[in-house]
Amino acid sequence: MTTMLEVADLGHTYQAKSGAHTAIDGLSFRVDAGELVCVVGPSGCGKSTLLRTISGLIRPTRGDVTLHGDAVRGVPEDLAVVFQDYSRSLFPWLSVQRNVEFPLKRTLKRAERRARAAEALDQVGLSGAGGKYPWQLSGGMQQRVAIARALAYRPALLLMDEPFASVDAQTRFELEDLLLKVKREHDTTVVVVTHDIDESVYLGDRVLVLTKSPASVVADLPVNLPAVRDQITTREAEEFVELRAEVARLLNVGKTEAITAKRRSDEAQAAKWVAAERAANRERADREAVAD
Amino acid sequence: MIATLLALLIVIALAVGIAVPLGLVLGSVPAVRHATRAVIEFLRPIPSVALIPLAVVVLGIGPETKITLAVYAAVWPLLFNTIYALDELDPLLVETARVFGADRLRVLFFVALPSALPFVITGVRLAATTGLVVLISVELLVGGSGGIGEFIMVARSGAGRMDLVLAGTVVAGVIGYLLNEAFERAQRRWVGWSSVTGEAS
Repeated sequence: MTTMLEVADLGHTYQAKSGAHTAIDGLSFRVDAGELVCVVGPSGCGKSTLLRTISGLIRPTRGDVTLHGDAVRGVPEDLAVVFQDYSRSLFPWLSVQRNVEFPLKRTLKRAERRARAAEALDQVGLSGAGGKYPWQLSGGMQQRVAIARALAYRPALLLMDEPFASVDAQTRFELEDLLLKVKREHDTTVVVVTHDIDESVYLGDRVLVLTKSPASVVADLPVNLPAVRDQITTREAEEFVELRAEVARLLNVGKTEAITAKRRSDEAQAAKWVAAERAANRERADREAVAD
Repeated sequence: MIATLLALLIVIALAVGIAVPLGLVLGSVPAVRHATRAVIEFLRPIPSVALIPLAVVVLGIGPETKITLAVYAAVWPLLFNTIYALDELDPLLVETARVFGADRLRVLFFVALPSALPFVITGVRLAATTGLVVLISVELLVGGSGGIGEFIMVARSGAGRMDLVLAGTVVAGVIGYLLNEAFERAQRRWVGWSSVTGEAS
């Protein structure tokens, strides 16, 4: 397997007037070609910063990002991003068809662009909607358009920033399956950033679990589920259930410790009461014995 | 009336030609904006009518005088609307474009400009109305360049044909009304997407 993406000792610190904030620190991982890797972390842990450094939108303060062997300086040529906020990442003045064509403007002639866009729209099940405008579509359909736009670009790496966080549960299931189908058919390398534990296990070939901010990788878990997944049976599979529990435990390390500590102190308190009561009982028994 | 309308068209064209590119530069390069801020804030409050004597001395009493003054007045609403439009530009749209390989220039032309268009059209609408007011004022006060203003002034003097004065005034009002209406329609037709807020679900 060739390595598609390599992130080595990545760190980023934001400088602000109020002080510096380190969002990610010492992050390292690699993604093989054709793999779908999910990155999960607690909210506000620097997932978006990670995604922005990989896509070259911001330059990390330390460490390196390498995409198929080339160091990332600025936005790489063959990378596409699907953002969470579809309503803000589609161009409202362009029709769906033209939104999908947008990334191809620089490189392809008009006829080719059209064909590519039509093909991509067909893949996401929106073949009839090319002439509509984004605001005429439902949220799920808008996100489909964003996915189609990324696909039409035929990127070496597809980055997704919480892509299904703003759609309803039903649509989310549909879109997850759509992503898996597309990924199987095109052998695309995908990195999905999410905060949804179930989603990360359901989608991923691997799940990377991040720590709280500043984020670093705490676990790299392979997902040994069959490539073809099903919203009902996969989610019932023992491996799925175990893995999601594992991820949840890893994400909740801090919280679990706190709970354990509290329980321990509760137990100690209870033991004291029990001891006190026993002592009182014994005293009473002694007194009664004396009285007898 | 033809003289006024023709002058107004020239005024709108010139104002757009000056204010929109300038607004794009000022709106997208903060350094330039800060550097020119003092000059702009000094020039902006000067009423163009107060510049009439100066303009007459420099440019004479031909149509160039009224056109220059009207352009001066019309540039401001257009310039500020363009700058504000760029402030309103959604950073996520810019990031999306950049991720798909658009450089600065492409972002400016294919993202910033279309997203600013609704504001710019509003600016043109305001500029046209302001331009008309200034044109007629200068025609009235200076004369010699024809137009509705001069017509009113001539009708008033001498025999004092109040009917013609009123007719001129009504014509000016009708022009203003039609202009506004035309731009509002253009806005609804071309940039209808911007009035659609929220999500269709």
